[in-house]
Amino acid sequence: MADITAPAYRVIPIIPALKPGAMEGSGPYVSGEKMNEALGFPGKLVDDWHDKAIAKMGDLLGKYRSLKVYMDACVHCGACSDKCHYFIGTQDPKNMPVARQDLMRSVYRRYFTLPGKLFPKLVGARDLTREVLDEWHNYFHQCSECRRCSVFCPYGIDTAEVTMAARDILDSVGYGQKYDIEIIGKVHKIGNNLGLPGPALRDTMEGLEEDVKEDTGLDIRFPIDVKGAEVLLITPSADFFAEPHIDSLIGYAKVFHATGTSWTLSSMSSEAANFGMFIGNYEQLRKVALRIREAALELGVKRIVVGECGHAWRVAYSFWNTLCGVGDGADPDDQFARMLQKQLDHRYKQPTHICEFTWDMIERGALAFDKEANDKHIITFHDSCNVARGSSMGGYPGGQFDIPRNVIKSVANHFVEMDPSTTHEKTFCCGGGGGLLTDDLMELRVKGALPRMEVLQQVVDEHGVNFLAVICAICKTQFSKTMPIYGFDRRMVGGVHQLVSNAIRLGAK
Amino acid sequence: MNTLFAILFYFATLVLVVGTFYRISIYTRTPAPLKIPTTPAPMTSGGVVLRMMREVFLFESLFKANLWTWGLGWLFHASLALVLLRHLRYFTEPVWSWVVLLQPFGMYAGITMVLGVAGLWARRIFVERIRYISTPSDHLMLVLFLVIGLSGLTMRFVVHGDVIAVKGFMLGLMHFNLQPLPANIGLYVHLSLVAVLMMIFPISKLLHAPGLFFSPSRNQVDNPREKRHIAAWARKLEAEK
Repeated sequence: MADITAPAYRVIPIIPALKPGAMEGSGPYVSGEKMNEALGFPGKLVDDWHDKAIAKMGDLLGKYRSLKVYMDACVHCGACSDKCHYFIGTQDPKNMPVARQDLMRSVYRRYFTLPGKLFPKLVGARDLTREVLDEWHNYFHQCSECRRCSVFCPYGIDTAEVTMAARDILDSVGYGQKYDIEIIGKVHKIGNNLGLPGPALRDTMEGLEEDVKEDTGLDIRFPIDVKGAEVLLITPSADFFAEPHIDSLIGYAKVFHATGTSWTLSSMSSEAANFGMFIGNYEQLRKVALRIREAALELGVKRIVVGECGHAWRVAYSFWNTLCGVGDGADPDDQFARMLQKQLDHRYKQPTHICEFTWDMIERGALAFDKEANDKHIITFHDSCNVARGSSMGGYPGGQFDIPRNVIKSVANHFVEMDPSTTHEKTFCCGGGGGLLTDDLMELRVKGALPRMEVLQQVVDEHGVNFLAVICAICKTQFSKTMPIYGFDRRMVGGVHQLVSNAIRLGAK
Repeated sequence: MNTLFAILFYFATLVLVVGTFYRISIYTRTPAPLKIPTTPAPMTSGGVVLRMMREVFLFESLFKANLWTWGLGWLFHASLALVLLRHLRYFTEPVWSWVVLLQPFGMYAGITMVLGVAGLWARRIFVERIRYISTPSDHLMLVLFLVIGLSGLTMRFVVHGDVIAVKGFMLGLMHFNLQPLPANIGLYVHLSLVAVLMMIFPISKLLHAPGLFFSPSRNQVDNPREKRHIAAWARKLEAEK
């Protein structure tokens, strides 16, 4: 992996020429027998995969209006064709969103539409052959489900929905992706993606308390499994020990401390990430989300706050209410959801993003900062794809852009924006999202980071930016790994609450 | 020829109406189990209606994507709408007054429609990425519109057809009282291709028209925290527990 080098920067904006087949053999490892079976998928590619896959596709077409409409509606206008960071970075035409969708649409047309059955060549319909299946495994794991294409599509066609369906079909015939399947297995077995068991987590948090005490002289707690706490914090498990993630965790703890909020982690549900979304499997998505419900009921908390994690926030904000009842507005006869909803404090949005929590406290005047503590940083903010295009904050459209920026500007003096065609809803994915944050996809990850790196370089050159703030565990890991390849210091990337942590005034309040 | 075209048009109308309603009924029946609006998205139904209107009338998303495609696409669709409205005069007696007012605009719209199609086709041929994703049917669809447009313009500006007789034929069709259709090659071409267009509407990418209204990323209200949203099939999982 060490021999992967960064592609050269180009003049921005540029629409790259096509390099067919550039990423043909660059797909991920196939999931193993045991891990597949642990999730209830066939261990390896089944003999009748063809019929099974088509049947599964029919099943999904009947369950998801998105898939059905998106298969029919595309007119090949090409609006999305130059919008994917993986296409821009790899130049492989099959990484154009429309071409990626067509890998499935061609099969849909062949088996589910009249013209495709009668005149396959005319409408670009194809049989589902082994080659096509391999192509699916390859290219549907070169999509980070970031939804950038869906912003530009005149019909809102979201390639993420197609990718999720394709992965669901692949899993159902025993042809999954190692990284995602392995991680979901760990969540079910141990409680988090990193496989950190309860006692180890408790140790880690105790160690953290000592470190923070040494640093601040204050008893800042990192509580676990505290019944009756007001807030249950659900955060990506990388926050527990990965760099720079842990600095944000310290930031959350300081905010809770400074505002006198009682809070707790849950050892049973010590993970915000939900890779069930990445593999597009509703049952898995739901099963992983149900752990949060269980933990909330068990601990009797009033609020659920989510740490810095992009896709987790999408799942929490957009799906938790559906999946496990964390939210408001269940029907009177909906016992399942009401059981939890009557426990939660509806003066606050449920769930709440940690940035919403902190910003709310700042607005109430409950927090004070020494902004000079961040003066060494010239900061820019990378909008994480799932937060930007799959969620919101603050109860108004676009709050997901304002609130993290408001927090940064409250705790630091130097903030600049990157090129507006690559921020807010038009932000690029970091290149490692969607279940692709694995070493076997390193080439893809480096190339996928190119569009963001080019734009970052601009603000580095023009404004001396030396801190890339993000609110996503995947972005943090992906950037700390790929940025050195582009010649940046890996410590340049960090969380918004890392900045909060630097500047927050403790004790005085 | 009269009978042939009469049968063709009855059949095409049947396919168009039944086929499109069938498709729409499938879209309506298929649940959207998760909240997936592309955000930032409106948080009220009124906001969604506005967002949808901007998509339908202004092609807002396409505008963000590519100005050439937006310009040509909008020119084509707006022209097509005017042309279709202008053609209402063949189906109404007396002609509604606003349709009368539209006549001159509709006439020039015929020209801009053809220009729009030609531009979109050029894009499909000359832009590498668009050429790569184009299937033969994508090209044929544009050819279809081009020939319909050109044959229509020819009859309007070059070889004038007997519009009174055409109107008689159409009104006859509507009242199941068959009237003669003028013998005119241009007219035959024009009408046959329109019938083809009507018939492929419910089985082709022309479904993008109804499809847009059913696209969850555009038509959903962004209120997942405020209101629980759950599909019937997903609700069953809760009962199984």
